[in-house]
Amino acid sequence: MRNPTAPLQTGRRAPLPERQGSAAARVGAGAATPGGAVFVLVAVLVVAIIVANPNFGDPGALIRFAGRTAPIAIAAMGQYFVIVSGEFDLSMGAVVTTQVVMAGNLIGQDESRIAPVMALMLLVGTAIGVVNGLVTTLLKVPSFIVTLGMMLALSGLVRYLTGGAATGNPVDAFRQIGRGGIEDVPVVDIIPYPLIILTVLAVLAVLLMRRPYGRSLIAAGDNPEAAHLSGVSLWWLKTRAFVLSSLAATIAGIILVGYAGVHPSVGQGYEFTAITAVVLGGVLLGGGRGWVLSAAAGAFSLELLFVLLTSLGVPSTWRDTVQGLIIIVAVAAASRAWQVGRRPRRTAQAPHPEPTASSTPTPDPGTTTGEK
Amino acid sequence: MRRRTIRAALASAAALVVLTACSTDDSLDEPDAVDSAATEGGEATPTEETEASEEFFVQADFDSQDEQRSATFEGDEAEPWLQYIDGEMTDTSEFESEGGGKKACFANASISNPWRQTGWITMNQQLEVMIENGVLSEMETRDAQDDDNTQLADIDYFISEGNCDAFIISPNSTAALTPAVERACETGKPVVVFDRGVQTDCATTFIHPIGGYAWGIDTANFLVENLEEGDKVVALRILPGVDVLETRWAAAEKIFEENGIDAVDYFTGADPTEIKKIISDELVQGDVQGVWMDAGDGAVAAIEAFEDAGVDYPVMTGEDEMSFLRKWEETGLTGLAPVYSNFQWRTPLLALEKIFAGEEVPAEWVLPQVPITEDERADFLAANDGMPDGHYAKFGGEDLPGYPQVWQDRVIP
Amino acid sequence: MNRRLTSTGIVYAVLLLSLVVGAVLTATAGRNFFSTGNISAILTATSILGFIAIGQTLVILVGSLDLSVPYVVSLTSLVGGTVMGGQSGNIVAGLLAALAVAAVIGIANGLVVSLLHVHGFIATLGMGLVVSGYLATNYQGSAGSAPRDFRLIGATQIGPVPLSTLIMLGTAGAAILLLRRTRLGHHLYAVGGNTDVARMSGLRTSVPVVAAHVLCSVLAGLAGLLLLARLSVGSPTIGSQGGYDLMSIAAVVLGGTLLAGGKGNILGTLAGVGIFAVMDNVMSVMSVNPFLKDVIRGLVIVVAVAVYARRELERRPARFERPSTLQAALEEAK
Repeated sequence: MRNPTAPLQTGRRAPLPERQGSAAARVGAGAATPGGAVFVLVAVLVVAIIVANPNFGDPGALIRFAGRTAPIAIAAMGQYFVIVSGEFDLSMGAVVTTQVVMAGNLIGQDESRIAPVMALMLLVGTAIGVVNGLVTTLLKVPSFIVTLGMMLALSGLVRYLTGGAATGNPVDAFRQIGRGGIEDVPVVDIIPYPLIILTVLAVLAVLLMRRPYGRSLIAAGDNPEAAHLSGVSLWWLKTRAFVLSSLAATIAGIILVGYAGVHPSVGQGYEFTAITAVVLGGVLLGGGRGWVLSAAAGAFSLELLFVLLTSLGVPSTWRDTVQGLIIIVAVAAASRAWQVGRRPRRTAQAPHPEPTASSTPTPDPGTTTGEK
Repeated sequence: MRRRTIRAALASAAALVVLTACSTDDSLDEPDAVDSAATEGGEATPTEETEASEEFFVQADFDSQDEQRSATFEGDEAEPWLQYIDGEMTDTSEFESEGGGKKACFANASISNPWRQTGWITMNQQLEVMIENGVLSEMETRDAQDDDNTQLADIDYFISEGNCDAFIISPNSTAALTPAVERACETGKPVVVFDRGVQTDCATTFIHPIGGYAWGIDTANFLVENLEEGDKVVALRILPGVDVLETRWAAAEKIFEENGIDAVDYFTGADPTEIKKIISDELVQGDVQGVWMDAGDGAVAAIEAFEDAGVDYPVMTGEDEMSFLRKWEETGLTGLAPVYSNFQWRTPLLALEKIFAGEEVPAEWVLPQVPITEDERADFLAANDGMPDGHYAKFGGEDLPGYPQVWQDRVIP
Repeated sequence: MNRRLTSTGIVYAVLLLSLVVGAVLTATAGRNFFSTGNISAILTATSILGFIAIGQTLVILVGSLDLSVPYVVSLTSLVGGTVMGGQSGNIVAGLLAALAVAAVIGIANGLVVSLLHVHGFIATLGMGLVVSGYLATNYQGSAGSAPRDFRLIGATQIGPVPLSTLIMLGTAGAAILLLRRTRLGHHLYAVGGNTDVARMSGLRTSVPVVAAHVLCSVLAGLAGLLLLARLSVGSPTIGSQGGYDLMSIAAVVLGGTLLAGGKGNILGTLAGVGIFAVMDNVMSVMSVNPFLKDVIRGLVIVVAVAVYARRELERRPARFERPSTLQAALEEAK
């Protein structure tokens, strides 16, 4: 009698390689997914703009462009955490406005207040994220509604308390965060501080997504019940995602105080731009798939698109239309790529021993084969 | 069977009840204000395009506003909110009453931008004076939050429920609010329209500064005088489809074309981030010599874009918002601050005072609209020292109670 | 009979509560909440948002979203106004042109969502931008004119009830019948509940999606035409002025419909629209600071949804009986 628990194969087997395909093949496969395709899109757009307007290719111009895209890229990364877990954060724009107005009114011209007010801003950002998260998870209100309500309440409150217009720009030292940079750098002239902040945050975000928290976040977006059954504390997980999103909006606000100044319109519509950027980056609305860096790349591609429209001289009234069409096309292409990319690829290098008839035992009737 | 009979009986009874209760709003019975009716030459109300025309631009209005820029105004220059251009006057003797203590009802388009917020604060301080003098007992306000439909409903509500002795209306848009203003006129009470107009002249008085075309002419002429042919001007516009803003650009665009200025326009939504990005992108493409704005919000961001790029300041027109005036002084650039006479928010209440006293008021009350030049800037900055950045220099409230505290604290009533 | 209140029941309870609170607050401001003028104002406010919210319900039931409604509203008011051009004879042509334009946008939305597999949020956001650019290029201000006979629709009242509200309620009734008695209605629920299962059951899943989007855009077109009747002109900004996209979604969710699709009903949406109208009316009567109005709106939306969000949502109608009209309405109300 054959022992059912004996190994099924008798031949020796070569160890499976850690990765399939050469490095180049892997990059190519990665670029075929929507998360990777957005980087290709960024490259294409940069080339297109330089063709239309060679001045843009100047390293100084490029790095300044990267610096000014930093706030929306940071916001997109924050929004990524929320979307990949299956939720929405529509309150981002209102958080940015709140932080900007708070900075303007509380810091004023007093440099010594910069540190405490920044701490207060981070605290307020965290609190908003906690409220968003708890109401979504514990009170079971859809996040679309919670963050919509938060958006309305925050923007109304900010206007009410400030009389609709801010008192003025805060002291220059604080604004340097958004406007300044490391000067006298060879080749590029200046490395803007926002770009440095973005790089640091991007590295942190990638590290976070590799940790158990990041993996649980994606799992929660993909299949909440399974994640819950695996022992993930869903409410704490998602609340932290909302906190990350609000903190990202806060940091974007700090940068925007410097870049744009203090005004109640700063930050308007940020949430829609961030969500569009995330979706352009190939993250599925509804959660469960996507890379955090693609979200930032999506923000870059959106901004590049605007610059391209300016460089091509598209009339001001048609810009919305062109933007809408490109968004639909890009996202449609991305969702097709996800379906194509799902099929596993087998290359010739992977050893794949064919099961021979002798090594596959026919199960005796009556014995269990492990399947029910 | 029985159920069917009962149902049939109920249905016919319901139909009878419905027919007897039917009623139609009376305002539809008078002749429509048809869209293609042209206004007389003297009026400054921007008319809508007829279906056939492509251009929004109306030459007659452009010319009349051009003339009004140099017209003589009746009244004391120290009180520009009472000045007007002499013309047809409305006889208000029918409204004369000794009692005082009237109730005014104000249908406000919104307080969604700093210009309107400043004016609203000024209006409330003027109201305090009116109440103290006994002319008015109160003013009930309904804010439409920039929605035509809401403002229509607000005016109808005032007519049916408001017990108003007078109507003050700041229309959200011109054509859409016309039927509502006509309905208000029909009540027989005085109706004061200010800021944006409507397409009927049934109102007791229509208060406004000269207009959008005049703004466009003043600003574009300034830029043309200070620039050379072939220079580039970036025009920053807030939103499309707002007729008071479209007239400003229409006039400016025409003058730029006639003088060979290369003007390119963008929509900014009054967002300083957008403004800075647009200017930065333009600067990467090439030199920009001038900046034109159809409203001053966000002017500082535009100037800072030039600073960040390390190029010379442009010739610029902004508005009399304090942020622009301060930055203008700080940088010393060549500039002009056009105004849309924020003090016009005082005039409706003062007009009501005259109306209830039986004094005649201009049928169309055209207020002066004088831009602030570099020479006058220092005076205005000194007079408004301590005011927030979103305050408007020509707010005209220096002699009202609460000056300067109320405007500095900027508490919206 | 199930004695526990379903979410629809709770929403109507909240509506009743808001009426009571509204009456009390209005009395403190010295006015009568139930006067003809006030009731008429509230009902007028429900008409426009009502049309849009009914359409939005259908789209959300099928698992999508429609953020392009404000631009569809503006465009249909302009198309209707320019085709009518103030002539009574052109009314029908104007109506047909406007609704045709709306239907085309709806088909485009539906096809992008179902065939290109783009999420409704992005698809309709993009489509809204496309229409917005078209509006900005071609219209610098109001255009068109509604002839007197057409404006009657916006102005006629039966007692305190405006004709427009009755038309809106009639449309709601038609939508209820669609959902409960027709195959398309059941397919809407099926696709919204689980697209894969629906497809494997043999449904062409793109059909209900496209149908829902077309109906939503056409209903938004009706709202645009109603606005044309009230304003007497078409306006390129009238849709964006009202914030109808987010407010309609809020009303739908307030009414108990699941944002993920597959569960919900029209009656709840109507109650949600009613709650918003009462809230706005009371705040205006009390002359609440406009900035605070937004705060209160935000809080009310979240609190109201939180009140019943934990409850079991009403079950889908059984698929084996074909209910009579009366029973369909009663089922809706349950």
